[in-house]
Amino acid sequence: MGAVADAWTWLTTGANWQGESGVTARLLEHLWFSGVCLLASCLIALPLALWLGHIGRGGALAVNLSNVGRAVPTLAVLVLLTLTPLGRHGDLPTIIALVLFAVPPLLTNAYVGMREVDRSVVEAARGMGMSGGQVFRRVELPLAYPLVLIGLRSATVQVIATATLAAMAGGGGLGRIITAGFNTSDTGQVVAGALVVGALALAAEGVLVLVGRLCDPMRATRLTRSPGSSKSAGPADPAAAARAMT
Amino acid sequence: MGTGCLVANEWICGEYLRSRASELTDATLQHVWITVVSVLLGLVVAFPLALLVRARPRFAAPVLGLTTVLYAIPSLAMFSLLLPLFGLSAALVVTGLVLYSLTILVRNILAGLAAVPEEAREAARGMGYGPARLLWEVELPLALPAVLAGVRMATVSTVALTTVGALVDYGGLGTLITTGLKSYFKAQVLTASVLCVLLAVAADLLLLGLQRLLTPWTRTGSGPAGGGRGRAGGDRGRAGAGSASGAGSGARIGKEAG
Repeated sequence: MGAVADAWTWLTTGANWQGESGVTARLLEHLWFSGVCLLASCLIALPLALWLGHIGRGGALAVNLSNVGRAVPTLAVLVLLTLTPLGRHGDLPTIIALVLFAVPPLLTNAYVGMREVDRSVVEAARGMGMSGGQVFRRVELPLAYPLVLIGLRSATVQVIATATLAAMAGGGGLGRIITAGFNTSDTGQVVAGALVVGALALAAEGVLVLVGRLCDPMRATRLTRSPGSSKSAGPADPAAAARAMT
Repeated sequence: MGTGCLVANEWICGEYLRSRASELTDATLQHVWITVVSVLLGLVVAFPLALLVRARPRFAAPVLGLTTVLYAIPSLAMFSLLLPLFGLSAALVVTGLVLYSLTILVRNILAGLAAVPEEAREAARGMGYGPARLLWEVELPLALPAVLAGVRMATVSTVALTTVGALVDYGGLGTLITTGLKSYFKAQVLTASVLCVLLAVAADLLLLGLQRLLTPWTRTGSGPAGGGRGRAGGDRGRAGAGSASGAGSGARIGKEAG
């Protein structure tokens, strides 16, 4: 318990939040490369996965990619990139390493989400005369949406946790608070750093849950069809919304 | 090439392999034993936990929740937090890795046990099997594909995560990677990284072979029954056991990979 109390003292000391290596600056750095990495990873992984899922090809690639990704140590990629000429461009090695880390699980999840769409529904849509594009936009994408979102959320949490490793390769971010605490045997600071990373991950997940709910293409349908929500309760019933999301 | 590549600090250097062979072997051996001990201890801890959760379902939420929370702790923080308890030792790295492996192992053991057909249990009970013999001779063998799929996933991610042990100088090849960064030694970083990936692939193939050897019945039907190629990552929020998409689906894939 002593360490938690120390962490609290550390976190509530204003001086620790200020300056170039204060929590605020590190938090912003962490947010910056996690955010850029997630955006880039989504732009790379999602279109590819959704397209592969739509045409139903490349399943072995999409599924095995995340297994391959797990075997590659992010620390090794980070250090390797830092030693290349890219290392002279500030955060670039961190961002690239994190993108390489985030793309495989995103790709696999989105692909699996597309393939788990009920085939009979897709067949019915085709039978109704929908074109490939219409089936994709109006049937497959809305039905795959929850799983794609779950994949995005877990990738986000992992990217935020993994971004701490940048500190071991000389980069910035919240990991620096942890390594600084480690170097000075300040357990309170280490716990404080871990808590800030955890809080950031939780906050990011919360934001994604909210955004995901607002952008859900089948929001109205999921709400009215979920069991237990009467029609009069309408879309304002948060419990029904929660059930519909899970 | 020759000795020139060491002086020129090239990425690929045969002279490095020759002159530092013993250093590389030591680091690889340390990497291997840390991984093996961690996964074995992980299994030793995960089995009782899984059996407890199965026997007393009210423990399911706390046990699965706790292992999920442990999994979300950044490895850098985990190893730093264990420092006051263990000091700069291999035990620190092993403990951290065991805690990480629990998430995958507990869920896969549970998923494997849940997938045992009720008929098989009934038949064994009808033949007079007691609970211990039922578990050992019927349930465990039938759960083996899922358990081994979990062991494979846990082993591969443990190989990658061991590198972070470099923080306390017990990171196997990871130590070579971080010292190579400090001295800007390209050949050392690349060689250690490649060896690390090869180690993970070799461990995966070895365990796949073991899985095929131990569960010959899974190959007679249409494809492997518990091949661990379930949905990756998507099951984080759910209790893995009993979910429909194959034995491997219980565990979440993609722990921050070292």
